[in-house]
Amino acid sequence: MMDLQTKLREEAKRLLEEKKVDVVIGYEDGSMALRTTPCFVKDPRDVERLVWNALCENNLAKYLIGRTNKAAVIAKGCDVRSIVVLINEKQLEKENIIIIGMPCAGIIDRKKIYAYLGGADVKQANIENGIINVKGDGFEEKLNVHDFLHDSCLACRYRNPVFCDILVGEEIPEVEPKDEYGKIDQLEEKSSKERWQYFSKELSKCVRCYACRQACPLCYCKTCFVDQSFPTWFGKSTDISDTFSFHLVRALHMTGRCVDCGACVRACPNNIDLRMLTKKIEKDIKELFDSEAGLSIGENTPLASFSEDDPQDFIG
Amino acid sequence: MDKKAGNWEPKILAFLCSWCSYAGADLAGVSRLQYPTNIRIIKVPCSGRINPVFIVKALQVGWDGVLVSGCHPGDCHYLSGNYYARRRFTILNRLLEYAGIEQGRVHFAWISAGEGKKFAKTVGEVTEVIEKLGPATRLVKAELGNGKKK
Repeated sequence: MMDLQTKLREEAKRLLEEKKVDVVIGYEDGSMALRTTPCFVKDPRDVERLVWNALCENNLAKYLIGRTNKAAVIAKGCDVRSIVVLINEKQLEKENIIIIGMPCAGIIDRKKIYAYLGGADVKQANIENGIINVKGDGFEEKLNVHDFLHDSCLACRYRNPVFCDILVGEEIPEVEPKDEYGKIDQLEEKSSKERWQYFSKELSKCVRCYACRQACPLCYCKTCFVDQSFPTWFGKSTDISDTFSFHLVRALHMTGRCVDCGACVRACPNNIDLRMLTKKIEKDIKELFDSEAGLSIGENTPLASFSEDDPQDFIG
Repeated sequence: MDKKAGNWEPKILAFLCSWCSYAGADLAGVSRLQYPTNIRIIKVPCSGRINPVFIVKALQVGWDGVLVSGCHPGDCHYLSGNYYARRRFTILNRLLEYAGIEQGRVHFAWISAGEGKKFAKTVGEVTEVIEKLGPATRLVKAELGNGKKK
């Protein structure tokens, strides 16, 4: 059996040769170990640049927004769901894109590997059959990929694309995530003051670089509410009140849209656990309105629809 | 009003829809009903006009409490504005509580144009709850809070 990477390259080559698309958006090896970087292949002779492994973390849906040529995009389960949301929100024309769906068993969180190695510099990494071999100055370790997955991958229910034009390889079995809302449930049991302190501490790490927003495939507003100056909703400082308000509203804007791809968390230079906000809303949406984002084309987001008997216990 | 002295009185911001709740407040007034004077009203065309940002912003600039009110479900002048609003408020309400804003800072009520009494009663209850909570501190930006410079 051919490995997925070879199959992927063949599909990309075929699409480019048959001129079905102008560009294939995928991943190539990064300049540092444990990294891949987005790559845009326009020439069928260049498909050898494309790679597929458990380090292909970026959500490439981001590169589809505003694109005028035809593109094929490599998308994992979560990436496909964000593309579906973009199509439903009329940000993409389905006809202009070809989704190359990849079944994905989870992506490696390199920060977890660095933490495990005690901050040692990884110079080389190879993945084979679920084992990652990391090498650096004076050490070599074989690690199980499954022990170093992103938190969002550990909570994943849609490892296979819910929708795609080309599926590379075969679907893999879905797994029921263990303790999906564990940290959130724990926090909910604490007192209001403790929750306030938790978030104040976590969000005080924010330097307002907006990397979370830039990485998010669903943050596509031409002018973000924090960039507006008339009115200036929130200050641009790192005052905790400003950062707290920014993150609250950013999470609110993700209501019923966030597919938990984890792009915001990966982009954050200060390791803020942004999923504590977005995942909480996802949990509420599921519980209150029985809705999950990005599962089918044509569905309405929960805030763009209503039911006459929606819950309203909190309204006097 | 000095927050540290014993004479603190809460300041409450109310967003009222112009068709029902604002008319309800008007009715309370012309009926000469008594209710606390802690409330300041912003009239909005519909509860569906209320962006959650307004509420977060109100808390940031130091309002001790926020009251949001619109037409009863089914009575919206624009037919469905309050249904959409209700979903947004549900999520906002849960998120604020989860993030550690004290329960009781933000209140929601359906008040019709004929419910002057309900308006007066709601304002009374909301004021009482917020008086018990004391001055807002969380999320308040020091240099903006309560209109005072630090």
